[in-house]
Amino acid sequence: MKTFRIGGIHPEENKLSAGQRIKTITLPERVVIPLAHYSGRPSNAVVKRGDQVKVGQLIGKADGYVSANVHSSVSGKVAKVDVQLDASGYKRPAVFIDVEGDEWLETIDLTPDIERKCHFSKEEILTKIQSAGIVGLGGATFPAHVKLSPPPGKKAEVLIINAVECEPYLTCDHQLMMEKGEEILVGVTILMKVLEVKKAVIGIENNKKDAVEHLSKIAQSYPGISVEPLKVRYPQGGEKQLIDAILKRQVPSGKIPIEVGAVVMNVATTFAVYEAVQKEKPLIERVMTISGKDVKKPGNYLVRLGVYLSEVVKQTGGVPKGTGKIIGGGPMMGRSLMNLDVPMAKGSAGIVFVNEKEALRKKDKNCIRCAKCVTVCPMGLEPYLLMNQSEREMWIEMERNRVMDCIECGSCSYTCPSNRPLLDYIRYGKSTVGLRIRKRQTEKV
Amino acid sequence: MDKLIISPAPHIHGGDSIEKNMRGVIIALIPALLVGFYFFGLGALIVTLVSVISCVLFEYLIQRFLLKTEPTITDGSAVITGLLLAMNLPSNIPFWMVILGALFAIGVAKMSFGGLGNNPFNPALAGRVFLLISFPVAMTSWPVPSPLTTSYLDAQTGATALSILQGSDLDIPAITDLLIGKMGGSLGEISAIAILIGFIYLLVKKIISWHIPISILVTVALFTGILHGSNPAAFASPMFHLLTGGLLLGAVFMATDYATSPMNPRGMIIYGIGIGIITVVIREFGAYPEGVSFAILIMNAFTPLINKYVKPRRFSK
Ligand code: SF4
Ligand code: SF4
Repeated sequence: MKTFRIGGIHPEENKLSAGQRIKTITLPERVVIPLAHYSGRPSNAVVKRGDQVKVGQLIGKADGYVSANVHSSVSGKVAKVDVQLDASGYKRPAVFIDVEGDEWLETIDLTPDIERKCHFSKEEILTKIQSAGIVGLGGATFPAHVKLSPPPGKKAEVLIINAVECEPYLTCDHQLMMEKGEEILVGVTILMKVLEVKKAVIGIENNKKDAVEHLSKIAQSYPGISVEPLKVRYPQGGEKQLIDAILKRQVPSGKIPIEVGAVVMNVATTFAVYEAVQKEKPLIERVMTISGKDVKKPGNYLVRLGVYLSEVVKQTGGVPKGTGKIIGGGPMMGRSLMNLDVPMAKGSAGIVFVNEKEALRKKDKNCIRCAKCVTVCPMGLEPYLLMNQSEREMWIEMERNRVMDCIECGSCSYTCPSNRPLLDYIRYGKSTVGLRIRKRQTEKV
Repeated sequence: MDKLIISPAPHIHGGDSIEKNMRGVIIALIPALLVGFYFFGLGALIVTLVSVISCVLFEYLIQRFLLKTEPTITDGSAVITGLLLAMNLPSNIPFWMVILGALFAIGVAKMSFGGLGNNPFNPALAGRVFLLISFPVAMTSWPVPSPLTTSYLDAQTGATALSILQGSDLDIPAITDLLIGKMGGSLGEISAIAILIGFIYLLVKKIISWHIPISILVTVALFTGILHGSNPAAFASPMFHLLTGGLLLGAVFMATDYATSPMNPRGMIIYGIGIGIITVVIREFGAYPEGVSFAILIMNAFTPLINKYVKPRRFSK
């Protein structure tokens, strides 16, 4: 079975919510829809206090090309446009809406029928994806239309669908594949049309055997699309790792996948593309996983954007006793939340509750130079060295030792027997070196 | 949920610890130790106990009273230094020499450089070489194996297989004796099988990787193979070289010491080849019958250089 070739770890999978059918969260009285995504510029509000909106109506217009539209996830009255603390830990603009009923835009096709045939041209599809506000739902939330428009002179050969879901606990993509398999495959054909490629590979880690089987069966009637079961190994969901696993091609340092002829799309994003193109439905909701060892009923839930996470948690059994940390996202790359009063955003794939004992980091000790961090680093870096150099602010050496290649997967910190906070220091060094590089570039121009 | 912990990712840890690794090494040493106890009896036991106790005690005293830091003896690294030092000594060596060796290993080679992880030279080997230079006679008169003997200082001594090679015309021991360890030598180095069992355990537990031991052994086998092939009368066979002296013990347990060996597979292989070549050169052309300790210490000195210039295989070159 295929996997990537350098480094990697195998954390306890803890897929406690696997196989739980997707349940819908009931609408609260108010939603707060973020206009900003983790990457890209925030969109500009096009509604104001007192406006009546319907589900699917545009409320935030993309600001430039690398930005995404935002649509109302509910029907009701705009209470205000203001700043709101979001899951990233910053206060950013958002639209506050008081919910009234559940009235959708008439253009949106709400029937459960699967639309298999796509009648639109490449350009029409791209416009639909762009106006539907679709961003990468795997976590990076990069606008999908940008990714689907290769820079001039570059041509995609293969489309890779990222259905790896290598983070422990998270199962939302898995369940989506089980329940919306056909729709996802139609989504893949649409993306293939946009990219003008004849080949697409859906990469799924082999701890989801049912999904591999299910999608393989459907894929038989979709020429050019194949399903590739992958050996379970973290961080296989990293774009560069996934391309290496499936195509045996390594994206050069500082370059994007198109350099080796590949475009990678997350599986949930692919489903969103299907809905946007075939059903005229903008991105207004997504599936997320609620999980943790002490969570009574771990599960997968369909949540509208802007619903407070505290509301989601209230409807799904509350905060378990003895919780020491709440993670927005998975335990390897997610963020610890200060509280649950943050709105559901496009990138929210899950909430994981960690008990006090597991949440506490152990005291770090001397580096014993065991080289285990080097062995597990999927980018072939030397985490112990980068941490030392970061502590001593040796930015030039860090750049030479390729700190910018770090994908912040956390495998090094996870592995270190001395509990050294490797990634904390590397991240600090990486952001400083990044600033220096950008400064250098602007000076040159 | 009164207070939530906020910290950057990753939020989970694999549970590996210094103690786990050190415990693993100790377990891996047990088969070789048992063979030593069996063939060299009481003497082996006394030397081992004295060595371990003094190493731990010196580390404790130095940290407590000289450095005034929190003692770290519970991490198990001092125990390993003690065990490895003992395993590199003849079982009839007076115990006060063992104590001196331990003091050098812990006091000079380890703690003066900043303790675990910071020492440039393998402490146990430094202790051994210190003793070898200070007390060459005691360090090179090897007791002959005599199962479960109760003699210690008065043990009957004889030549080791390697010193036979260096000139005396006694019979070379049979390969089977070399494999199980029925030969003269340091108390922990004699049984190839016992050491290989430990090696496999270390590999399975992912405490070490194969790169260093295998590159040493392959280099020695190739180098001595060429020599032996060109002149069988003057040079012993590769098999003989692999199974005698401290080569296996050194390759598996001493050269793989975390702090003093390179940090990535490429560097490890260069380091292993270096150790292999130096070992054979000393054995075949040098004044000492045994060269592994020196070879490892010499390559320890090159480790920082190797780390600086030999980088791991990067993603996409
Ligand atoms: S976080 Fe960076 S340095 Fe650490 S293992 Fe991942 S890529 Fe390597
Ligand atoms: S894993 Fe930890 S102890 Fe081992 S070399 Fe890396 S930083 Fe040092």
